[in-house]
Amino acid sequence: MSTITTITYLISSILFIIGLKNLSSPKTARRGNQFAMIGMLLAIVVTLFDREILHFTFIVIGLIIGSAIGAIVAKKIQMTAMPQIVALFNGLGGGASAFVALAEYYRSDGVLETSMIVSLVISLFIGVLTFAGSLVAYGKLQGLIKSAPFVFRMQRPLNSLLSLSFLVFGFLVVINPVNNTGLLAILAVAFVLGILFVMPIGGADMPVVISLLNSCSGLAAAATGFVLSNNVLIISGALVGASGVILTRIMCRAMNRSLSHVIFGNAGVVDTEDIFKTETRKVVRYVEEDAVMVLDSAQSIIIIPGYGLAVAQAQYVLHELAKTLIDRGDKEIRYAIHPVAGRMPGHMNVLLADANVPYDLLFDLGDINDDFQNTDVVLVVGANDVINPAARFDKKSPLYGMPILNADKAKNVIICKRSLSPGFSGIDNELFYNSKTMMIFGDAKESLGKMVKLLKS
Amino acid sequence: MVESLLVSIYIFVMAIFIGIEVIAKVPPLLHTPLMSGTNAISGITLVGSLISAGAGHSWLSAILGLLAVIFATVNVVGGFLVTDRMLEMFKKDKKKN
Repeated sequence: MSTITTITYLISSILFIIGLKNLSSPKTARRGNQFAMIGMLLAIVVTLFDREILHFTFIVIGLIIGSAIGAIVAKKIQMTAMPQIVALFNGLGGGASAFVALAEYYRSDGVLETSMIVSLVISLFIGVLTFAGSLVAYGKLQGLIKSAPFVFRMQRPLNSLLSLSFLVFGFLVVINPVNNTGLLAILAVAFVLGILFVMPIGGADMPVVISLLNSCSGLAAAATGFVLSNNVLIISGALVGASGVILTRIMCRAMNRSLSHVIFGNAGVVDTEDIFKTETRKVVRYVEEDAVMVLDSAQSIIIIPGYGLAVAQAQYVLHELAKTLIDRGDKEIRYAIHPVAGRMPGHMNVLLADANVPYDLLFDLGDINDDFQNTDVVLVVGANDVINPAARFDKKSPLYGMPILNADKAKNVIICKRSLSPGFSGIDNELFYNSKTMMIFGDAKESLGKMVKLLKS
Repeated sequence: MVESLLVSIYIFVMAIFIGIEVIAKVPPLLHTPLMSGTNAISGITLVGSLISAGAGHSWLSAILGLLAVIFATVNVVGGFLVTDRMLEMFKKDKKKN
């Protein structure tokens, strides 16, 4: 590697770090992303001058095909589909790392130093695992595969067996690198493990899995960096790996579940008996007219959007409702966002920003939770578990200990919900039966649209 | 050789610490763009794949290199563009200013 290349790679690494640093505020975030783009461009351009590169045909073909696909997907994709697209891109990143590792192996005919071959085995394994796992996650989020957890009896022993066989094959490859059978076996094992790892994970746990796969794609790139002795790969991979780990931890904490519980335990313990019991309890149904009266006379309103909002594509009409309310009188309307609202970290913020909701009206749980008690009305759209007061006091509830939004502390609560069905955790919500709560059943988009019409007439 | 591996490990560990410090400051508001942006950065493997695709050692490694270039480019281009699209949407409340 020439001096110029090495220095340029250093500059790229610095640009990546500055770029990420700029993501700490929405004001500078876009510029940060552009810094990272420039860093990437520099790294690519300087690599093209590498003396090892003799033919450009494949490179040009690859760059054109890849850029075209990437640009089209980025332009066309709906914001609701963000989680699956990030999953897909993660998978491609992992796949690319695995391909580079394999190409490097065949280029050297397996004549590699021990440290290189160890990195190569790790890079191949994580890369393929990320690729396969991400494809399953994509399928689940896109609705191509059932998103319900897929569990079978021998799953855990099978996973252990496969992990063990990876170690055995890995060892065999390291002591005799020239024999490529072991390497292909590792490829197969990683592929199957990747699938088995994501299949048992249900829809609501997806934020954790995507974060984890994000981390893996970074680690795969770092491992490839070790194979190629390329520091820019090592640094970038480490940054991405760290980011994924942080997000995974935040998601787990917000869902009140440990990582091992998400991966190995079945999602949500549903006790059918409890559900039947709740069916017989009485909920007072209200209509849109009632809600409009309460909303119109309120001074302060906090809106709590949940995934149900995104499913109903109601974020646009929700913003219209907020605007109409503000136009009719001086009101303070804010949004309270729970960390797991949506299907990936921060998803709800993006959906609302897409609907033109200003970002300074979006508040995190910690920043707004003490304000509920001074709020006239809380409007909940398509959220359930994140406002369940049982998380605060019911030690028997699986939700116990989970951080929730204090919707129940407000003077009035309006809940738009498709039906009385419990959330993903399968736990009934005390708040639905509270006397200050107005339940409005139906499609969120229709209900909110009706409210807008009523206000305008 | 062992020495250069050790240097690489040094760099790796330091970068993880920097990553944790920098990323812990990103607000939840921007977690989705953070994820798609870091995702694009992990497409840095493209740099490695360019050499694999262009070194012309054998057909097999060149084809693997080509696939790697396509995958990584989709990752890089798509990741950065979609992040830019998202960040463009984040706007402040005009009335307040």
